[in-house]
Amino acid sequence: MKRAEEWIGKPMDRVDGRLKVTGGARYSADMPVNNVAYGFLITSTIGSGHIREMDTSEAEKLPGVLAILTPFHAPKMPKGSIKAQSSNQQTGSEQSGGQSGTSGAAGGAQQQGGRGSGQQSAHGSQFGQGSTGGQGGGQSGQGGPQSGQGGQSSGQAKRPPDRRIHLLQETDVFYNRQPIGIVVADTLDRAMHAASLVKVRYQPSSPSLSMKGEMHRAYKPKVAGGHQASPDSEQGDLESGWEMAANRTDHTYITPIETHNPLEPHATIAVWEGDRLTLFDATQGIFPARKRIADLFEIPVENLRIVTHFVGGGFGSKGPVWSHVVLTAMAARQVGRPVKLTLSRPQMFGPIGFRGETQQHLRLGARQDGVLSLVEHHGVVQTSVFDEFIESVGIATRMMYACPNIGTTHRAVRLNMGTPSYTRAPGEAPGMYALESAMDELSYKVGMDPIELRLRNYAEVEPESGKPFSSKSLRECYRVGAERFGWSKRTAAPRSMRDGNMLVGYGMATATYPTNRSPASARARLMADGTAIVQSGSQDIGTGTYTVMTQVAADAIGLPPERVQFQLGDTDLPPTPTSGGSQTAASVGSAVLLAGQALRSRLVQLAIGDRQSPLFGMSESEIVAHNGGIFLKSDGRRGEEFTALLARNGLPQLEARVDAAPGDEKTKYAMHSFGAHFVEVRVDPDLGQIRVARYTGVFGAGRILNAKTARNQFMGGITWGISMALMENTLIDPRTGRPMNADLAEYHVPVHADIPALDVTFVDEVDPYVNPVGVKGIGEIGIVGAPAAVANAVYHATGRRIRDLPITLDKLL
Amino acid sequence: MHPFSYIRATDERAAIGEVSATPDANFVAGGSTLIDLMKLNVMQPTHLIDINALPLTKIETLADGSVRIGAMVRNSDMAYNETIRSRYPVLSEALLSGASAQLRNVATLGGNIMQRTRCYYFRDTAMPCNKREPGSGCSAMEGINRIHAILGTSSRCIASHPSDMCVALIALDAVVHVRGPRGERTIPFADFHVLPGDHPEVETVLEHGELITAVTLPPLPFATRSHYLKVRDRASYAFALVSVAAALDVQQGTIRNARLALGGVGTKPWRALDAEKALLGKRAGEAAYHAAAEIALRSAKPHKHNAFKVELAKRSLVRALTTVEAIV
Repeated sequence: MKRAEEWIGKPMDRVDGRLKVTGGARYSADMPVNNVAYGFLITSTIGSGHIREMDTSEAEKLPGVLAILTPFHAPKMPKGSIKAQSSNQQTGSEQSGGQSGTSGAAGGAQQQGGRGSGQQSAHGSQFGQGSTGGQGGGQSGQGGPQSGQGGQSSGQAKRPPDRRIHLLQETDVFYNRQPIGIVVADTLDRAMHAASLVKVRYQPSSPSLSMKGEMHRAYKPKVAGGHQASPDSEQGDLESGWEMAANRTDHTYITPIETHNPLEPHATIAVWEGDRLTLFDATQGIFPARKRIADLFEIPVENLRIVTHFVGGGFGSKGPVWSHVVLTAMAARQVGRPVKLTLSRPQMFGPIGFRGETQQHLRLGARQDGVLSLVEHHGVVQTSVFDEFIESVGIATRMMYACPNIGTTHRAVRLNMGTPSYTRAPGEAPGMYALESAMDELSYKVGMDPIELRLRNYAEVEPESGKPFSSKSLRECYRVGAERFGWSKRTAAPRSMRDGNMLVGYGMATATYPTNRSPASARARLMADGTAIVQSGSQDIGTGTYTVMTQVAADAIGLPPERVQFQLGDTDLPPTPTSGGSQTAASVGSAVLLAGQALRSRLVQLAIGDRQSPLFGMSESEIVAHNGGIFLKSDGRRGEEFTALLARNGLPQLEARVDAAPGDEKTKYAMHSFGAHFVEVRVDPDLGQIRVARYTGVFGAGRILNAKTARNQFMGGITWGISMALMENTLIDPRTGRPMNADLAEYHVPVHADIPALDVTFVDEVDPYVNPVGVKGIGEIGIVGAPAAVANAVYHATGRRIRDLPITLDKLL
Repeated sequence: MHPFSYIRATDERAAIGEVSATPDANFVAGGSTLIDLMKLNVMQPTHLIDINALPLTKIETLADGSVRIGAMVRNSDMAYNETIRSRYPVLSEALLSGASAQLRNVATLGGNIMQRTRCYYFRDTAMPCNKREPGSGCSAMEGINRIHAILGTSSRCIASHPSDMCVALIALDAVVHVRGPRGERTIPFADFHVLPGDHPEVETVLEHGELITAVTLPPLPFATRSHYLKVRDRASYAFALVSVAAALDVQQGTIRNARLALGGVGTKPWRALDAEKALLGKRAGEAAYHAAAEIALRSAKPHKHNAFKVELAKRSLVRALTTVEAIV
């Protein structure tokens, strides 16, 4: 049966919009739990060393204090200990060897990033062979047999490593603001007060804090971060590519530490009933979190339920399981009552990941006519001294431009800071800042319009793999974007455009992000009253999952959306992957679509086999489902309502469940979204103040499920991209490694006045190969390229090329 | 937050009595600084006396032409007051450039005068800070100091004063009225805040138990040509990297009188008196402004990350004066 698309694509209002604006939406910390006590973290104030003593006596005397867990008397958690890594050593994937036996076989569960699944290419297997198992077990030195290899049984979806987290199992301090204790009291104020009274005596050592200072100890990681790709790649002959170039650029680009800062701080409520645990947790991945946490507590996964009805933004920071979640559950068990813990805003700087600093060396060479002869991209990124995360900056460079000679490398430097982690478009966001800045620089060298230079090097097939693209509308994005923006009004020379006293600059850059998909399941159930309940574990991290899944289900079943209730955010529902890697719409959307279609098919089958049905004896292909009924295609008057069909057959409900998974499409096609950014900036020539005046973003990202929520996501991505270009910078104290601007007054993100009306459009793109629902994912691509477009516009306005972000006014004076 | 007791005062005398009687007591008005710092354990008063009910909310023009503003007047009410807008636009602009609409709705005149620094190290009890904990050392000196002061610093402290309003008030020669256990007194605004010197923990001449009751603005006819320029890292809700309050009295192209004050660069609201003097009698124009800017920044002592403020402050002074000159 052909899909009737009445609701998919419509700019439908958010189904949970009213709940959200009236305060009715319950985020994790809002969940009503009886007799709940309050936890508050104690975090370290040195960057490296050991804890000698934690004096809790004064804190314990306070009324209402129920427990204070420290490394000196926290319950033992054999799978939760951590050791430092030697500075040039690769890190294993697991916190302890014993764990990896289970965490590899994650079933439908994908970690944030989610690129392992369905991507059984050379990239995927790198991870599988490399870092799960032996490495981790050997390094952590305890926690059972090195059975990690078993984790990769059956070639099942491989998930990236869990983050190593501090669970009060050792007195080592590896970074500033590392969790070193948890206080539980009967009120939040008392818990916070008690935490402030705990006196910690340290034996500090000198922390490694500077990328520059540690550069000589940079090492080659096994895999390039979330992409799980090989750290190095080389095609063609790099040296001859450099030699034959008539035009060259050779520069290093730096991006600083950026901290996610979702509006909703991380929060958890832990409720134990015997050895069964319920967690209300602000997470982007209920199923991976369940696996990880059950494993640490050594309880069966069935004993752990995670509920997450609303997430107030995650941006990657709520992907992995972090210390506070496990410590809250540990504390709840200790005090014998439910415990709620919310991170304070300063505590969100360090212990829950961030985008690490990157230093990227780009060498581009082009012939006289602009055709690339060389693309080299060498990234050095920070990781922690106890774990490894690699911001895979060079990955997009491998697939962006047609060039015979492409080389990329990734190296890492261990610093005494928290472990960096997934941050919106990990890899691509800083990587494409560097590549697209370098392309802009090259355009001036060649003397060619930046769009023309890109078209001259347009990749018709994926350069690294040679695979055809499942679809690629980048050419159209450039064209439409240039037209909407008025790119033709740009005069090429820097500092050549002015408005009164203000310098005006136009900049553009390319966006790209891979299409990911993981196994996901969904259930669709039609009730006797003609409404449907559609369920899929998942989580809505603010992107509009509730809404778009309602639309997909409505079309798939043949119901108006107001008669569809979509439920998510509960591990009791069918399993789904982490909402990360822009994969939820593709993964969950496909499952919901197929489950809805299966339900509709059951209804049709029921009717055509039912003598009393007006459709008796028809074939399925002759029938359409629409507005709560099924009808003959050729005669819309012949058919019946779902309710009548169920009632006549004595069915209180009818259900279908589907386990959906990607096939081999990624072996045949290169699957990516693309887009183009166009920016106008105004720069005060004396004071250096930069304002973004106009913005156009055009994207080709497969089917757009909801024009309104999609536009919203692109706007969010672009806004963060502008923020990355002009504002964001986590300031680390050079002696103690402490993030010093750890609040929203001093860690700058744009306010409304910084962002003009954003012109966001999509080009029509039908991709029959990516997945059943035809989407490519839009969560991350909005940020990719935006920082470069802004930086390029600043150069065009001022003639100043700033190669270290953020471009603050002092750099332009 | 540490536990504290709280009462709501209904008259000045009782409020002053309450604070005077308790060493660790504080008045609280809008609370936008104090409550914030209490949450961070930076300030730990044991007793709070809420003065929000005190009737210090009038803005009135006195017989001598000066304007008296009650200490409890909210920043937004002051900014939009017709007298302030027309006679002292620099003050209205300074107020509206500060904080956010929500904060301006609660923040008061008296509270804003008592606003404390945004130095990262002052606000984080994990780090040494002479202002918060005398003698513990200054972390900013060798730490992250992009937002810190370049004027009025000492070897003990380089924290900048964060208020926008105060920059306008010092430029306008405001007078602070206070009332304490021993009665009332007035303090010229320029004398109200003190340099950090060896005691950065002492920020004002206010004595314990003294309450700011009002500020008067002397008549200053040429202040109708005044302007507040704020240079910052984002368009709103950011503290000044550099700000300038400027007023000019230009007659037949000659500067007869000038007022200049700087924010974001001083350890206290910074009046540039020498620069003002240098402008007197000069032809209005960029040459004079540049010369004045050089003088204003003569004693600047930058640190590792804030050297740009010297140049930025000079350019901002020139820009602000140029802008004022153009006001008809």
